[in-house]
Amino acid sequence: MTPRDPEAGFTVEIDCTVNGVRVRRAVPARQHLVDFLRDELELTGSHLGCEHGVCGACSVLLDGVVVRGCLTLAAQAHGKRVDTVEGLSDSGALDALQAAFARHNAAQCGYCTPGMLLTAHELLGAGRPMSRAAIREFMSGNFCRCTGYHAIVDAIAEVLERPSSGS
Amino acid sequence: MSDGAPKDAALREPVGTDAPRREIRRFLRGRGRYVADIVLPRMLHAAFVRSPHAHARIVSIDLAAARAAPGVERVFAGAELAEICAPLHGVALHRPGHKSALQPIMAVERAVWQGQPVVAVVARSRAEAEDAAERVAIEWERLPALVEAAAALAPAAPPIHPELGDNLAFAFEIEAGDADRAFQEAAVVVEQRFDFVRQTPMTLEPRGLIADYDPGSESLTVHHAHQSPFQMQDVFSRHLGLPEHKVRVIAPDVGGGFGMKLNVYGEELAVCAMSKLMGRPVKYLADRLESFVSDSHARDHRVTARMAVSKEGRITAMEVDDLAAVGAYGMPLRFNIAEGMMLITMAGAPYAFPNYRARTRNAYVNTNLIGMYRGVGIPLACVVGEALADLAAERLGIDPVEFRRRNYRRKESLSGATPGGVRLAGTSFDACLETLVRLMKYDELRRTQAEARRRGVYYGIGIATFVEATAYGPPYYGPSEARISTQDGCTVRLEPSGVVRCVTSITDQGQGTLTGLAQIVAATLGLALEDVEMIAGDSAISPYGGGAWASRGMAIGGEAALKAAQALRANILDLAATIAQTAPDRLDLRRGQIVNKDTGAAVISLADVGKIGYFRQDTLPRDFDVQLSATRSFVDNGAMCYMANGVQGSFVEVDPESGFVKCLGQWAVDDCGRVINPMQVTEQVRGGIVQGIGAVLFEECIYDPQGNFVNATMADYLVPMASEMPDIFVEHVETPERSTALGAKGIGEAGLIGAMGAVWVAVNDALKPFGARMTTQPFTPERVLEAIAAARRGTRAGK
Repeated sequence: MTPRDPEAGFTVEIDCTVNGVRVRRAVPARQHLVDFLRDELELTGSHLGCEHGVCGACSVLLDGVVVRGCLTLAAQAHGKRVDTVEGLSDSGALDALQAAFARHNAAQCGYCTPGMLLTAHELLGAGRPMSRAAIREFMSGNFCRCTGYHAIVDAIAEVLERPSSGS
Repeated sequence: MSDGAPKDAALREPVGTDAPRREIRRFLRGRGRYVADIVLPRMLHAAFVRSPHAHARIVSIDLAAARAAPGVERVFAGAELAEICAPLHGVALHRPGHKSALQPIMAVERAVWQGQPVVAVVARSRAEAEDAAERVAIEWERLPALVEAAAALAPAAPPIHPELGDNLAFAFEIEAGDADRAFQEAAVVVEQRFDFVRQTPMTLEPRGLIADYDPGSESLTVHHAHQSPFQMQDVFSRHLGLPEHKVRVIAPDVGGGFGMKLNVYGEELAVCAMSKLMGRPVKYLADRLESFVSDSHARDHRVTARMAVSKEGRITAMEVDDLAAVGAYGMPLRFNIAEGMMLITMAGAPYAFPNYRARTRNAYVNTNLIGMYRGVGIPLACVVGEALADLAAERLGIDPVEFRRRNYRRKESLSGATPGGVRLAGTSFDACLETLVRLMKYDELRRTQAEARRRGVYYGIGIATFVEATAYGPPYYGPSEARISTQDGCTVRLEPSGVVRCVTSITDQGQGTLTGLAQIVAATLGLALEDVEMIAGDSAISPYGGGAWASRGMAIGGEAALKAAQALRANILDLAATIAQTAPDRLDLRRGQIVNKDTGAAVISLADVGKIGYFRQDTLPRDFDVQLSATRSFVDNGAMCYMANGVQGSFVEVDPESGFVKCLGQWAVDDCGRVINPMQVTEQVRGGIVQGIGAVLFEECIYDPQGNFVNATMADYLVPMASEMPDIFVEHVETPERSTALGAKGIGEAGLIGAMGAVWVAVNDALKPFGARMTTQPFTPERVLEAIAAARRGTRAGK
């Protein structure tokens, strides 16, 4: 790295747990979490839609809380647990949501879908009944350009109505 | 060989069922495979330096610092790539007078819009390419920019491209009947201005591609987020001088298209050119800010229109004058004139009136190019016709629904063309309207509205009738010489175990078309849906075809799939009949079995047919011709387009204190011909509706007078979010297209077209008590308050 770009060459050691597996890496200090997940760990389920924290396609869980992978630095994952759509799919945590999304066709191009699922997972984790309007409000940090949202709300409402599912 | 298929084989289940899409399960597990996810050995990454100015001369370019930056392999200016890549030229040859300057794939000497690519950096990583791009030093001499169409067409305006003489890209006029006389004799004449501001289609996945030129085989493989791999095979081949069979374009999963990913982009050709020069794979993914300034834009039309109506409430004439700003160059292959032409040919299309005058003028300006976006000009045509219809109904004291009933084109008037030149056979306006009135409980909503107004709550109800021209065919594209294939093809292959693979030239960006094709194939071959696997998006392996645009997938690709499956079915039955020593017309295919057509008794399984057909041909007569793959293509040589139609209703609330518009409910009744999968059709309508609501209420590309795009971030360019959208209720009316066996017309754009009309009308319905009228998109709170204030001041809201 050239002296003119100190930030490009500066690396940070991180030790975190990604989808249940311990990961220790030296990451560029400026690298975002979603780039680390996609480029270094080949977890391509989290997508880049805007890279400025608006669209929600890069959503991942950091210690169980949905964060924007494009606004979080990989270094911030140090000492933390990261869960992505791949890990939550393998563990079965998203089973009920995934089944409902498929039934209602709550995904078209699929690009927003992992982020939608993670946000919906967080919604279910709140463990309380919600009106359609409240579901819509909760999901309003995630862009979808294809579905018109109706089917997504249908799918989440269906899982919410069935006790003991989805969380 | 005889075709043993019953005539209605394609209509059996699973056709007509709500089959879930097969790819959705991959998407739900994060297993989508988009261009960004693909990594090739020795792959490099490109970043572009784009013009910061709308119009400026390149005085000098210094690439030394960028070339010395870490990780950089090559840096290219436009002139170097222009040597190996021919410029673009977006002109429709069948439209006399349509003109465009030649567009170099990257700016050479001069940039003519903010965001035009100027320099490309290729490096080991995306981050290093971006770092180096910042070190490119370009000295610019700024030139005056033209942003508005009217300014660009003013007599004194300097031509953006001097070789064109002026900035008029195209003009076209329609004159039918005697409009002057009709307006003189009309009981009521209503007139309005419409400002359809510029929009960006905004797919959630930005544009991207990996170009992989192999110097060994002298072949180019491109993994491309695109709706038409065949179109791009042709473009890359011709512009780079590569033999067509050495160019293969593969569209993997594509994160939304909406027409935007149908266009041809200079920097995408540049990526291919750089791969060819370097002999290595080069990946380019637009970032969001690049998407805003370089993904094709849409709309940007200023329209004045009027309607003449008799005292009986019958429309006698319309007049439409459209002025559009189409960007700095003509859009290759898809043309920047399409919106204006569709607007003036489709305005008022659902209504029977004999007298029409219309004009569109398209001007070059120093902004990003206009290209395809869902609905093209038809949503604007819908708004113009519906807003004028509502104004006329109000003036005459006729309910808007009743006004439409009086004016629909019906069977007796459907045989000829509309004054705009559109043929409307097979439309179902009345059936759709009556279904909608029942579905949305129209009369009850009107009572609710009247009651609420007494409480100072302002609801609005909008009804919009529309046509959706689908599957534009050879008479449309052929004469333009655009090398756009309007045919599609399908190969269906029986695997030895009795399942089927189907390769289609149709592409799918989430519409569900591939699932629909699988339903048709499964129905025709008597298979379960899961026994049919679809393969699509590869220009090297399917029959030549088009891809996804103009809502054509099911109409054209579905018909090809039906024909291919019917051919395979006949071949299978021939083989089965030979094995079973019976006649093929005694047999049928059901549930993976060949059965006696009359008794249903099993004769032989499809797996056994497959085994004999592929492995035990020794048991067959020597002259029996085993053919267990079938390929068919379909194109409707004489069809300009098919004509779907529908009616939508909107229920909105306008808060006169804050200016906010809230969508409370949306209803749609659509007739897209034969419905293969009702759920997918409904979801296409819903998705389109939300884009239509976005257009009316939120979306606007704002350029300042110097041509700077000032709200080019997702935080500043607003699109609909879940909380702002209503529940959307959809019903289907089916009037099958009569010129095809399948009878599908198309559904991709209907939602957007009808929603724009219905929401425009509904908001203005809510504002009637104030005497205010919205005429400029989007209907922001500020503009709503301005309109109300202007009405209170006793002046007509002009903006």
